[in-house]
Amino acid sequence: MRGTYLEYQVRTVPTGLSKILHVNWPLALAIAAVTAVGILQLTSVAGGSFGRWAEPQAIRLGVGLLGMLIVALVPIWFWRNMAAVAYVTALLMLVAVEVAGSIGMGAQRWLDLGFIRIQPSELMKVALVMALAAYYDWLDPERTSRPVWVILPLLLIGVPVLLILMQPHLGTAVLTVLIGVTVMFLAGVSIWYFAAAALIGGGTVASVFLTRGTPWQLLHDYQYRRIDTFLDPAADPLGAGYNIIQAKIALGSGGWAGKGFMQGTQSRLNFLPEKHTDFIFTTLGEEFGLVGGLSLLLLYALILFFCIASALQMRDRFSALLVLGIAATLFYNLVINLAMVMGLAPVVGLPLPFLSYGGSNLLVLLLAFGLVQSAHVHRPRSRA
Amino acid sequence: MKRTEQQLREVQALFSRRALVLGGVQAVVLGGLALRMRAMQVEDGDAYRLLAEENRVSLRLIPPPRGQIFDRAGVLVAGNEQNWRVTLVREDAGDVEAVLARLAHVLGMAPEDLERARAEIARHPPFVPVTVADRLTWEQMSAVAVNAPALPGVTPEVGLSRVYPLQADFAHVAGYVGPVSEADLARIEDPDPLLRLPRFPIGKVGVEARIEDMLRGTSGTRQIEVNAGGRMMRELARVEGTPGADVQLTIDAGLQNYVQARLGVESSSCVVMDCASGDLLALASAPSFDPNLFVRGISTADFSALMENDHRPLSTKTVQGAYPPGSTFKMLVALAGLEAGLITPDETVYCPGHLQLGDRRFHCWKGGGHGRVDMVQSIAESCDVYFYEIAQKVGIERIAAMARRFGLGERFDLPLSGIAEGLVPSMDWKRTVRGESWLVGDTLNASIGQGFVLSSPIQLAVMTARLATGMAVTPRLIKSVNGIEQPAGPFADLGLNENHLRLQRRGMYEVTNVRRGTAYGSRIEAEEYTIAGKTGTSQVRNITVAERARGVIRNDQLPWNRRDHALFVGYAPADAPRVACAVVVEHGGGGSAAAAPIARDAMVRALHGDVPPLSVYPASARSAVEALHRTMPLRPVAPPATGGRTRA
Repeated sequence: MRGTYLEYQVRTVPTGLSKILHVNWPLALAIAAVTAVGILQLTSVAGGSFGRWAEPQAIRLGVGLLGMLIVALVPIWFWRNMAAVAYVTALLMLVAVEVAGSIGMGAQRWLDLGFIRIQPSELMKVALVMALAAYYDWLDPERTSRPVWVILPLLLIGVPVLLILMQPHLGTAVLTVLIGVTVMFLAGVSIWYFAAAALIGGGTVASVFLTRGTPWQLLHDYQYRRIDTFLDPAADPLGAGYNIIQAKIALGSGGWAGKGFMQGTQSRLNFLPEKHTDFIFTTLGEEFGLVGGLSLLLLYALILFFCIASALQMRDRFSALLVLGIAATLFYNLVINLAMVMGLAPVVGLPLPFLSYGGSNLLVLLLAFGLVQSAHVHRPRSRA
Repeated sequence: MKRTEQQLREVQALFSRRALVLGGVQAVVLGGLALRMRAMQVEDGDAYRLLAEENRVSLRLIPPPRGQIFDRAGVLVAGNEQNWRVTLVREDAGDVEAVLARLAHVLGMAPEDLERARAEIARHPPFVPVTVADRLTWEQMSAVAVNAPALPGVTPEVGLSRVYPLQADFAHVAGYVGPVSEADLARIEDPDPLLRLPRFPIGKVGVEARIEDMLRGTSGTRQIEVNAGGRMMRELARVEGTPGADVQLTIDAGLQNYVQARLGVESSSCVVMDCASGDLLALASAPSFDPNLFVRGISTADFSALMENDHRPLSTKTVQGAYPPGSTFKMLVALAGLEAGLITPDETVYCPGHLQLGDRRFHCWKGGGHGRVDMVQSIAESCDVYFYEIAQKVGIERIAAMARRFGLGERFDLPLSGIAEGLVPSMDWKRTVRGESWLVGDTLNASIGQGFVLSSPIQLAVMTARLATGMAVTPRLIKSVNGIEQPAGPFADLGLNENHLRLQRRGMYEVTNVRRGTAYGSRIEAEEYTIAGKTGTSQVRNITVAERARGVIRNDQLPWNRRDHALFVGYAPADAPRVACAVVVEHGGGGSAAAAPIARDAMVRALHGDVPPLSVYPASARSAVEALHRTMPLRPVAPPATGGRTRA
């Protein structure tokens, strides 16, 4: 057993096109299944029209899957060497949207590159996982819990999070923190740091609410209103609360087996806003009921399971942390979106991974899973 | 450092433990979500199904009536009128093109209106009712009703739409509303759901735009039963919203109409304000336009005609125009000198018609010169050389400080669009902005309100009110909101020596009331309406030495846009000022000929409360005024309707 790729036994790794045989096929199939559900559901919410949302999404899916394969075939040690580049690029793009926004185009989260509009905060999530994994790969494990070596990754997390908060996009900021902290946890940082962080976090939440209404309040008024609406959606049934109420009605009215494909009245009668993006899960729950919802949940669980199983076979820290970091990205995206549509979390505007309509999120996620596949393909094999 | 096998095994074991812990936590969370899903879909499923059924009952927004705008006496300036219109829901129409074609035939719609409707429909989701035609007659509505079976998705409706009964008179003050645009929405953080309604009216310029939040009101809601297609079957319940606030302006509609008509077709503007309260009584900018054109969305032809007119009808010149104040600035130069103790009122200057400074010659407007003049005379006759002389002693910094005390270079807090700040130049300003050092010549130019000095008509009116009262008068445009009087006055004293001010007023009195005064022709002989003022003529071009030698080209021989601006500021009655006035006629020529008569008429009209009898004018002016009054398109001022607050 060896510690880093520099001492790697490269010879055991498959080469050329034979790599395709060594792709983590169960994982790839689970992802394909989830995305297929997405295309189906986008057809349904468009009232049976394939061209409205499903077709562009399918095209992006094709491009994304191809990208995933290409990323998977490139050796994982190349990606490790790219970690710092990816992180700095994503950071510069975050700064770029911030600058573009302040120059007078208003609040902006997108960077328009002409052929595609990217949300740098999406890229940042993956780049952060890469950077942290590379960092712990480099760091002597003995030092993992020393304060100096804990502060450094916290800075790696903190700088982009501040930039995302300035956009302002609260949901993604929280998500980025969660992902970063999870990688640190997996890397073996002492459990006491997490206990301390939980305490400080609790204090922050308390201060956010205690400063409300004062001139130095920490969030925007509309963000406070969103929290209010979350706590009591009925207070504003026509405004911000409307989405949650209608989403819960759609989901709840699905029952055991649902109303049937394209039979959801909530979605058909257009009571449901954002039905093709953030709230797409509710249309699935309405049309396929608990059975459909649980099946989808099971598919996601399988993806996570395959990732963990793959990570446990890894013998180098970069691959192992990368795989689980990306799995965590998927997990938090999923949980926050589901909790949101079930009325368990505020409406923060995060899409459902692999299902929601929108190119940026889908593409980044597929490329990230390309990295997971690359780690799997190029994992060391015992030469028994 | 080489890592030992033992260490590596420990690290690997720690990672495996933590990975499994994480996997466990993820499983528990997903399990929790699954349970929640079960609770919602199975246990509470029936309740939610019922709610989904009830969703056949839909909530719709009721747009509140927009607040009305009145003049100071209660004359309606901006109101709401009943408007019959038809809306179309794309989803219900089926073949939209065919339905639109039939509708166009039934209503006799113009091709461009049809095109606009098509664009509007494409811009909105298929289930939103989009107004395709409005301001329909009763006959057109009946035609739609009769043809209803052939027009699926088309619904006749009645709504309110904005109307400006005084048309062009208030176009620049009240502004206008127009259908809300993407650009409007982008400017507002967290916009009101009302603004998402198709073609919802939003203030675009002027008072309508600047106090949009007050005028808009809050929406009501109605519960309606809809069929599966989303078409309304019946109304079940209704909660009314709050209407927008009614706003009363300080403007006097009659005076505004008179002044607007008096400005005529010249590119000009006139401000009349109450000296004591700062109330703006008239804010006229000419040429004007009919704001009603914008309410429905102006046609391209009309809009480009407005844009291409070199007299800029869309510009609110009263606050947006920035002009060199010319000689109207001179009182401030004299005051700056007096207050600093650098000059005395009796000091005289000999004016040979120019002043030589180094190799530059600064000319007086009067080629032959004024001879020996003192302060009062030099204001009355507008001698430039006198001010060149004293400005050298006083210096630009003192002049600039005095100008600022009189409101020049200040952006007053008025609910109007694009208010210009003007410019009071100083040494620092020139160094930082232009990167050049201040020259004595610049001071000389500034002393006669030329060079870098810029001021807007509203600033000149405020300056005049302050000269007339000695108080820091500030303008007010909103008199009351929902009947609640808005704050006004009393104003602080400017802290100037009353004797110094009195000298300026003496000079201004002589401008219009002694035979040598520059605006003697615009005097008023009636005791109670005597006016005092100051003419100004500001050059917009350089006069070369060669031209000076040949003889300066007369204004009427120059192309329009090279002629001088004509200005006049004044107040009346001269002995106990009640109104102050500023008039700027762009490229109008001399201030005494082009601007002073307008200011005279505006002030007399303001004091008299109606079109004054010819007897207040001196005999020599009567026939001209009479001819003018005969041709001016005056509107009979509607008596303030006591029931004026009713909503159409």
